[in-house]
Amino acid sequence: MNSRDFISVIRRVRSPVSVDHDFGKGTSKTTLGLVADTFARRFLSSIKKERQVFVPRFIEIVIHSGEQVLISRLYRTDFKRSIADVFRIQVISNSDVRSPIITLGSTSFFHVRVNNLYVVAVTKTNANAALVFEYCYRLISIAKSYFGKVDEEAVKNNFVLIYELIDEINDFGYPQNSETDTLKSYITTESIMSSAYAAEESSKITTQATGATSWRRGEVKYKKNEAFVDVVETVNLSMSAKGTILRADVDGHIQMRAYLSGTPECKFGLNDKLVIDKNERGASDAVELDDCRFHQCVRLNEFDATRTISFIPPDGEFELMRYRCTSNVKLPLRIIPTVNEIGTTQVSYTVSVKGSFGAKLSATNVVLKIPTPLNTTTVDCKVASGKAKYVPAENIVVWKIPRIQGGQECTFTATADLTSTTVRQVWARPPIDVDFQVLMFTASGLIVRFLKVFEKNNYHSIKWVRYLTKASGSYQIRVSLGCLIGF
Amino acid sequence: MSSQHGQDAKFFQRGKIEEFRAELQAAESKDKKYQKRKTVLKKIVANITMGNDMSPLFHDVIQCIGTPLLEIKKMVYLYLVSYGRSKPDQIHMVIPSFLQDCNDRNPLIRALAIRTMAYIPIPVVTEALSDQLRHCLKDRDPYVRKTAAICVAKLYVADPRKAEKAGFVEMLRDMLLDSNATVVANAVAALSEIGDRQDGVIFRLNLTVANKLIASLGESSEWGQIYILDSLLRFVPEEHSEAEMMGERIIVQLQHANSAVVLTAIKVLLYLMNYMENRRLIEYICKKMGPPLVALLSSGPEVQYVTLRNILLIIQRRPAVLKNDVKVFFCKYNDPIYVKLAKLEIMYRLAREENAQEVLAELEEYASEVDIDFVRKSVRSIGRLAIKVEAAADNCIQSLLTLIETKVTYVVQEAVIVIKDIFRRYPGKYEGIIPTLCENLDVLDEPESKAAMIWILGQFANRIDNADELLDDLVYSFLDEPTEVQLALLTATVKLFIYKSTSDATKALVHKVLKWATENVDNPDLRDRGFMYWRMLAVNPTLAQELVLAQKPAITTDSDRMDRGALDQLLLHTGTLGSIYHKNPETFIRNAAGRALVDTPALNPSSRAVILPLSRPHLPPTTVTVQGPGPIEPTYVPPAEPSKLVASATSEASGQDLLDVDNAIARPGSYDGEIDVDGEDEVPVKTGDPYANLDGAFGGYLADKPQPMSSSRGGNTNFDDLLL
Repeated sequence: MNSRDFISVIRRVRSPVSVDHDFGKGTSKTTLGLVADTFARRFLSSIKKERQVFVPRFIEIVIHSGEQVLISRLYRTDFKRSIADVFRIQVISNSDVRSPIITLGSTSFFHVRVNNLYVVAVTKTNANAALVFEYCYRLISIAKSYFGKVDEEAVKNNFVLIYELIDEINDFGYPQNSETDTLKSYITTESIMSSAYAAEESSKITTQATGATSWRRGEVKYKKNEAFVDVVETVNLSMSAKGTILRADVDGHIQMRAYLSGTPECKFGLNDKLVIDKNERGASDAVELDDCRFHQCVRLNEFDATRTISFIPPDGEFELMRYRCTSNVKLPLRIIPTVNEIGTTQVSYTVSVKGSFGAKLSATNVVLKIPTPLNTTTVDCKVASGKAKYVPAENIVVWKIPRIQGGQECTFTATADLTSTTVRQVWARPPIDVDFQVLMFTASGLIVRFLKVFEKNNYHSIKWVRYLTKASGSYQIRVSLGCLIGF
Repeated sequence: MSSQHGQDAKFFQRGKIEEFRAELQAAESKDKKYQKRKTVLKKIVANITMGNDMSPLFHDVIQCIGTPLLEIKKMVYLYLVSYGRSKPDQIHMVIPSFLQDCNDRNPLIRALAIRTMAYIPIPVVTEALSDQLRHCLKDRDPYVRKTAAICVAKLYVADPRKAEKAGFVEMLRDMLLDSNATVVANAVAALSEIGDRQDGVIFRLNLTVANKLIASLGESSEWGQIYILDSLLRFVPEEHSEAEMMGERIIVQLQHANSAVVLTAIKVLLYLMNYMENRRLIEYICKKMGPPLVALLSSGPEVQYVTLRNILLIIQRRPAVLKNDVKVFFCKYNDPIYVKLAKLEIMYRLAREENAQEVLAELEEYASEVDIDFVRKSVRSIGRLAIKVEAAADNCIQSLLTLIETKVTYVVQEAVIVIKDIFRRYPGKYEGIIPTLCENLDVLDEPESKAAMIWILGQFANRIDNADELLDDLVYSFLDEPTEVQLALLTATVKLFIYKSTSDATKALVHKVLKWATENVDNPDLRDRGFMYWRMLAVNPTLAQELVLAQKPAITTDSDRMDRGALDQLLLHTGTLGSIYHKNPETFIRNAAGRALVDTPALNPSSRAVILPLSRPHLPPTTVTVQGPGPIEPTYVPPAEPSKLVASATSEASGQDLLDVDNAIARPGSYDGEIDVDGEDEVPVKTGDPYANLDGAFGGYLADKPQPMSSSRGGNTNFDDLLL
């Protein structure tokens, strides 16, 4: 092919704005660095304390703890460290921030909060917003995998390492290889002597970091070859007070821990059927997945052509796939609330929970949060199973049931006493929220049909599969409008 | 894991330059395993982070560069990246050490050296780097090559002409054929950045290279895939088949776990669809795009927000996408407010006769939540739903009446505003509810709702028995009201007079208002309108009646869709900031590159008909006085400064002019409203409408949409300069 013709090296006529070499105005791109620098000294000396984050190309990154900058890596010359001050004023000190993105003039700030830290990315370009947030999430997950947790203490204790990491996973604002497994092979907390850093060893690392399987280290060896597959499903339910299902769907993800030697080739099978057109649905036992997304190790072309999930797994834990399912969702817990107003001073509650799954299975850690009006004084609760307690600070009754067997039904009855108020308080009527876990149950009905491992050494491998369905903050039953409004 | 926990927090303490210098010097003699040096350097790095100026230590720090400990080397390099630029006279001292590293046997060290050098854009360093870079771009190790590719972009930013002269751009181009996918991806990223510069070379792809890039997607890292996919917009299909084949090969990327890969793939597909002919393929792609978009809604709230803002654009251009999925956009109780507001917009867009009841039930639910913004927008959406879906209008009105009964001020005000539009949409159908509205007259304290109510009183003065009394009451505070309300009062009293010209009370009232409007008010609009009415009534009362009570053009929701051509252009920025604000980036980001569809024989006739040329870059001012740092509200315009008001109005107007001119070319006469970026119901204003000047009174819907906080032309705030 003629490799010459795809870029025409044509110098564009420069626009009058960009030829501006007047330093005082400081708008020309070419002079930006110099201008910034002249002012830099003055600004730098005026900065006090604060904590912040990191930044990529389109971006500068800062980690901010709310009062102090903890990490600040500027990849471009068009920013100074004082950029963190602007962020502090605009976002941290602002009690009513209504967007994760703020644009001031040409400068945009993207922020993600994690344990009171702000991870902030700053850019002056029309950055890819999805990329910026994905990068911030990745940064957080890498930090988690390195230090166990991401909070002010962990960041401060490892700040030098974090600088090393962000320099490695981001060059000039362009995210680079960010696979934890590979990173750990050469960004470590141990002191490495440059000379001892054998060139050959490094070549292996670089090949891996840039290779087609950048997520896997070469020579992995295990005595016992094992693979654990966890199918974890989160059920989202929104049910009206009348018992109509407004929305029920499942966000599933398949977490895998692979402890397999060499370069194993895996094939994975589910009882799935991807629905492209909802009108084309036919009768079949297969689970209908609305959508699935895969870890980058999965060969998408092959999945598209033959529906097989084949991949060379990273070593250790990773998320193999995510999927979504909206049809035939089996709701593990059936909740029936009855809330009645008795005069203006009392509200009576009867809430029943039933486990609608096989008798051998059980739901554990069931927690129901039942909202009470804002002017509630006391709540008298009666429960046969578990414990119920009124939490005045949150205006809810928390009913905890350690275990509900399949088919078992538990009932909660209570009466809330209200103070009579003359002023109507706005009550948002939060829904009843239910958290729970059910082991060996999938709300979608998804089953792992097989997991095959092929490796040139032909070793025997053991595979384990677990299923878990859970809800936390997403399983909600609304409280009737007729009964409770107006308290 | 515990062994990996660092203990460096103690270094986060403000230190003195002199102390650090002494410690570094002490470490030169006795320093077992370089522990001392490491400690001091950590302290210095911590101080840089805290914003303390460590540049006086330049000379001392660079002494450590020869230390054979990698960690120390990296810290010294970090120091150099921070302060190298400010020490052009001393930097030459570290160059030998850089050069040595550039030729190290270890590829990681080679890459580290060029990466760091390229971060220090001063001539003596770039000079030294240029020679090294030529070798590194052809290094046998892919890691060094991929680092070198980005270094070219860095050099180019520092000095474009020099980088071109040295032939680096050509070398980058050749790297697109590299055997390693990571190298290819970084070369693409660097070329894209260079190509986006207004003074840079032009970066285009031909079919062969585009195909080769697509082939390398499979081996690229997720980030690499984004760079490559993004660059595919630089390929312009000449034939339908080129676009179709390419589209088919990209569809699989929609299955990727990374939301940026998915959104960028969608961007490419939407772009290519403009050049496709095969209807079935287009439909198939539309079907394939829906589920991945919905799946992104289970990501973190920030990504959800980005996705939602993009969905809002996509469904306007390709209504087939997600048309049956309104339920997934129902708000969860614990969604962040920005996610809720974005979902509300989409719910309204997807509402149709079939799902209107479900949507209405949701909106009613939201209208009783606590966040005022969200509640107001929900109430407004109920009204918009009534206007959009005729079959649901009865229920919507019923629900609005129930909401009015709550007497919550902002709910009532919001309801009144939308009901006014409903009256116009369905004349003669719902006027029976006017008495209920009148009961709430006292609650209205915001100009927009007050003006809306006054409009209703005037328009239906013949059906409201005590309209004269009510208006008389309202007129009482005429001189203290905002212009918006004054204008509405003026017109309403004139209407009242026309309906009840025989009543003396009405005559006195209209006389009073006309006199005030023409004599006691400074606003020229108000005065002019006052004179106009006055003369009209004096000269020819019959004609006045015809004019003032003329039939109003019907309200439709047609105008709330963004113009096709503008949408096509905006969708070329899918996933980026521009797609969040629904603005072309060149209109709010300095030096941002705009994008436009290129007309080729393959372009769809329908896309060609509405094609918009690249709009003239709308650059912020170059010199502005800087206001001190402080929180600045998004829509902040100091009312006390008339000059600024005018200034911002002109700058906005010029932006619109641009679009309007383009529209006029594209679809003459078919569109006379402004481009409604947020999709709110804009009342199409025809010249014959006596309310033509009343934009403010009946518009104002755009106030709460996400938008960049822009600086006003000639005003005194400019963030760019503030942040420089």
